[in-house]
Amino acid sequence: MPRNPEHRDLFPGALELMILQSLRRKPMHGYALVKHIKQTSEDLLPIEEGSLYPALQRMLREGWLESETGVSAKGRPTRIYRLTAAGLKHLERETASMQRMFAGINRVLTATG
Amino acid sequence: MILDRLFTRRRYNDLSVSIQEHLSERIDELIEDGISPEEAAHRAHREFGNVALIEERSREAWQWQFLESLFADLKLTLRRLGRSPGFTVTVLLTLAIGIGANTAVFSIINRVMLEPLPYPQSNQLVSLFLNAPGAGGLASFRTGLQLSKSMYVTFSDHNQSFQSMGIWFSQRANVTGVARPEEVRSTIVSDGILQTLEIPALRGRWFSQAEQDPRGPKAVMLSYGYWQRRFGGDPSVIGRTIQVDAQPREIVGVMPRGFRVVDEDFDLLLPMGVDRTHEILAGFGANGIARLKPGVSIAQADADVSRLVNVWMNSWSNGPGTNSHWYEIWRITPAFHSLKQHVIGNVSSVLWVVMATVGLVLLIACANIANLLLVRADSRQHELSIRAALGAGRTRLARELLLESVTLGLIGGLLAIGIAYAGLRVLVAVGPANLPRLTEISLDARSLGFTFLLSVLSGLFFGAIPVWRYARAAAPLMLGATSRTATAGRARHRSRNVLVVAQTAMALVLLVSAVLMIRTFAALRQVEPGFSDPAHIQTFRIAIPESLIPDPVIVTRTQNNIADRIAAIPGVTSVGFASSVPMDNNDPNWDQMGVEGKIYPGENPPLRLFNYVAPGYFHSMGTRVVAGRDFTWDDLYGLHQMVIVSEGFARDNWGSAAAAIGKRIRQFTGTPWQEVVGVVEDVHVHGVDDKAPQTVYWTAMLKSPYSRTPRIDYQSAVTFAIRSGRAGTQDFIDQLQKAVWSVNSELPLASVQTMQDLYDESLARTSFTLVMLAIAGFMALALSIIGIYGVISYAVSQRTREIGIRLALGAQKNTLSWMFVRSALVMTAAGMAIGLVAASLLIQLMRTLLFGISPLDPVTYITVPLVLGLAASLASYLPARRAAAVNPVETLRWE
Repeated sequence: MPRNPEHRDLFPGALELMILQSLRRKPMHGYALVKHIKQTSEDLLPIEEGSLYPALQRMLREGWLESETGVSAKGRPTRIYRLTAAGLKHLERETASMQRMFAGINRVLTATG
Repeated sequence: MILDRLFTRRRYNDLSVSIQEHLSERIDELIEDGISPEEAAHRAHREFGNVALIEERSREAWQWQFLESLFADLKLTLRRLGRSPGFTVTVLLTLAIGIGANTAVFSIINRVMLEPLPYPQSNQLVSLFLNAPGAGGLASFRTGLQLSKSMYVTFSDHNQSFQSMGIWFSQRANVTGVARPEEVRSTIVSDGILQTLEIPALRGRWFSQAEQDPRGPKAVMLSYGYWQRRFGGDPSVIGRTIQVDAQPREIVGVMPRGFRVVDEDFDLLLPMGVDRTHEILAGFGANGIARLKPGVSIAQADADVSRLVNVWMNSWSNGPGTNSHWYEIWRITPAFHSLKQHVIGNVSSVLWVVMATVGLVLLIACANIANLLLVRADSRQHELSIRAALGAGRTRLARELLLESVTLGLIGGLLAIGIAYAGLRVLVAVGPANLPRLTEISLDARSLGFTFLLSVLSGLFFGAIPVWRYARAAAPLMLGATSRTATAGRARHRSRNVLVVAQTAMALVLLVSAVLMIRTFAALRQVEPGFSDPAHIQTFRIAIPESLIPDPVIVTRTQNNIADRIAAIPGVTSVGFASSVPMDNNDPNWDQMGVEGKIYPGENPPLRLFNYVAPGYFHSMGTRVVAGRDFTWDDLYGLHQMVIVSEGFARDNWGSAAAAIGKRIRQFTGTPWQEVVGVVEDVHVHGVDDKAPQTVYWTAMLKSPYSRTPRIDYQSAVTFAIRSGRAGTQDFIDQLQKAVWSVNSELPLASVQTMQDLYDESLARTSFTLVMLAIAGFMALALSIIGIYGVISYAVSQRTREIGIRLALGAQKNTLSWMFVRSALVMTAAGMAIGLVAASLLIQLMRTLLFGISPLDPVTYITVPLVLGLAASLASYLPARRAAAVNPVETLRWE
C-alpha cells in the first residue's frame, strides 16, 4: 500500500493494542480484523494489511492470543484469533499506561503559563 | 513454548491459510464492487504487500531466527560445495597445507619459547649470568663468566635474594662393574640445584647434605631413561651400588621422566662435593641457577650479588703469594636474566623467521582462494541479483557468502590438524638439536585453539573480498546483462588483479630470503674449517679417571699405546689425540699469553684458546703445518717447554708464520718461557660462521706452568682423531673398541662420531632455516604461478566474445596472445616492484642469519625477479594460447 504522507507512523505497541482491543470485543479472523480496525479508526491510521500477520504471530507466541480453526464470512476455512486471559491483562495494563502518557502530553501542550 | 516449537509446522500452516483467506475475501469484495477478477486480484495483492516477505517475517516470530536460518544456510552451503568438487578440493587442500604448516610451527614456538621450562613457577628461576669484560675470551658472549665453586659458597651463604641457588656442569662418567663398561652423560650438581628446580624424585630421594660433603658417603642418582635402559625400571634399584669412575656409589634416587637440569639431558646425577676448606678462587666452569624470593626483582638480585663479589675475593685465595683482588681487573658484574631467556637464547631468531615465512605462505594461499571465490561469486551473480531484487538484505547475502568461506575455512582447519601432526614429526626429526624440549613438542589444546582461530580468520579474510565486491553492489547489478553486449566491467577484474599483485610481492620476498639463505649456506661451506676430508676422520673420547690410573705419565703412556694399537688396524692412515677437536663444544682452557719483547701497557695480554695435543694429531685432522714442525713423542715425555701456535696468532704478533719460529711466549711473569716450534693453520673450532680464535697448542703431557712445585699436567680425557677410509662403519668402530680394550679393559668409547657429523651439527641451525625457507619459497612460487594462470585463464574465458570479434575484424593471433601475456606481466612487474622494496626492508630482520653475503646482494635481487617474471610469462602464455585458438564464427554465434 503506498504511503500516505498525511499518516504518521504508529508508535511501537500501538498495533498490538488495537488488535487486542478489537479481539476483546469479538474473536475474528484476519481479514475481518483488518476491516474492523480500518473502519473504526475511520481510516485515520495507516495500517498496512500485511503488517497485521507478523504482529498476530508475535502475539500468538507471547501467549496473548490463541488461534483455532474456524470459518470465514464467506464460509471458507480459516483461522480465528481470540484473546487469552494473559492478553487481557496485558491490554488493560498497556492501555492505562498509554492513556496516562497521552494525558501528560496533552497537559503540556495545553499549558498556558 | 518449547512445545510450540514442535508444532511449528502447524503454525506455519495456520499462517498460510489465514493469509490466503484474507486475500480471497478481499478479492471477492472488490469483485462485488464491480471490478473485474483480474484487476481485483491485482489490486488485492498490491494492497496486501509482498506475500512471501510477510509470510517470512511472520514465521520469524516463531524462530530463533538467527540460528534457524543459519542452519538452513549451512545445509545449503554444504550442498553447494559438494556440487563443485574440483573447487572445493583445491581450496581445502590449499587451506589444509597453509594452516597445517602454521599450526606445526606454532606448536614448536609454543613449546620452545612460551613454556621452555617444565619446573614449577619457572618465572622465578634465573640464570646467574656474570659479565666479566676484563676476562677476555674466558667470558664468552653466550654463557658469560661461569662460576667457580668458591663463588657458589660465598653467594649461597650470603645472598638475600634467593630462596635457593646452586651450580652445575655436565661431564662424562665411566660406569664399570656392569656387563659392559659404559661412558654415560653425567651432570654434577651442587647442593641447592634440586631444591631450586623443585622436582621431587620419582623414587628414592635427593642427595642429602652429608652426601654433598666430599668426605661423606658416596651417592648417585639416575635419570628415568637410564633407569629404564640399564635397570629395566627395577624398583629395587635404590640402595644398590654401582661403580662410577672407579668409585663405588650408592643409588639413592631416580628422577622422573623428562627431567633435565635446565637444558641438558643426563644419565647420572652426581653430587659436586664442594670442599669448603680447600677451595680456591679459580676454576670457572659451572653454570649457576637460582630461585628468586617472592617479590624480589632481577635488578635487586644483581645488586645483591655484585656486593658479594668483593666478599668472595676477601674470603678465598688462589694460594700463598697470590693476590685475591687481582680479579678486580675482570670487573665481574652480575647480569642475571630469567632462565627461560637463557634457554631460548639464539634459537628465537630462527623460529620467528620460520613463523613469518609460513605466515606469508598462508597469506598467499588465502589470496589464491579469494580469487577462486571471486570467480565463483561471479558465476552466481545472476542468482544474487535476483535475490537482492526480491528483497534479500545486504547483510543476508553477505552472511551467506561469509558462511561459505568460514565453512571452507573450518573444514580446511580440520584437515590441517592432520597435516600439522605429520609436519611436526618431520620437523622434530630434522630440527636443530639445541631446540629445548624438542621431543616434547606435540599438538596440545593451545595448538588446536590456534588452528581453530586461524581457520575462522582465514575464512573471514578470503570471504570478505567477494562479499565486499558483490553484496554491497547487489541492487544496481544489471540483471539483463549477458555477455552478448558487454564484457566484464573493469571494477571486477581490479580486485583479482590486486590479489595477484599482492601474491607476487609476497612470493618475491620469500624467494629472495630463500636464495639468500642458499648463498649463505654455500658461503659457509666454502670456509676452510682447518681440517680436511671430515667424512674420513673418526673421533671418539676416552676418559681415564684419576681413581683408575692416578699417575700422569702412565695415563699418557696408556693413551700412547692405544694410539699405537689403533694405528695397526688395517685401513688406518694416521692417528692422533687431543684435549678437544673442532666443533665439539668443548674449550679445554683459555689464558693470557704474552709475547717476549712485547709490552702490554696498562692491561694484561689478551686471552687465547689453549689445546693440548699429541704428536700426529694435526696430521690426522689434516690441519696444515704452515711453518716449523709438529711435536714429537720425545718433546712430550721429555717435558720440553715448547708450544705450537695458530697462524692468526703468529701473524698478529710477528707479522708472518715463519717469523714465529724460535720466539718465546709465556702466560705471565713467573711462568716459564715456551718456545714456538711450529705454526698451524687457523681452525674454526666454534663453527665456520665464527672467527677462528688465536690458539696456543701445548703437548698433551707437560710441566705445569702454574704450580711452584714441579708437577706434571696431563689430559685425563682426550678425543682421538683417526684418519681412515673406513671411518663411520660399524665394524671399524668395533675394531677400535677392541684395540682400546686390549690396552685397558675398563675404558669405554664415548661420543663416537666422524668429524663430518660434528661439522654438520655446527651448521644445523643454518641448514634448518634454509630447508624451511626453501620449502616456503617453493610453495609460494607454485601458488603464484597457479594464481596467475587462474586469472589469465578466467580473463580469456570471459572475453571470448571480444576475442572472436577482434579476430573477425582481422586481428593477428599472436597479438591477441600477447595482449593477455602483457596484462599478466604488468601485474607481475607491479608485484615485483613492491616485493623488492618489501624484501630489502624485511631482510634486515634476518641479517643475523646471513653469512658472507650482503642482505642487498645484487645477484640475488636480479635473478629472483627474472625467474619470477619467466614463471609468470609461462603461466600466462598457456591460457593466452587458448585465446588464439578461438574460432570467431562459433563465438559470435553463441548466445
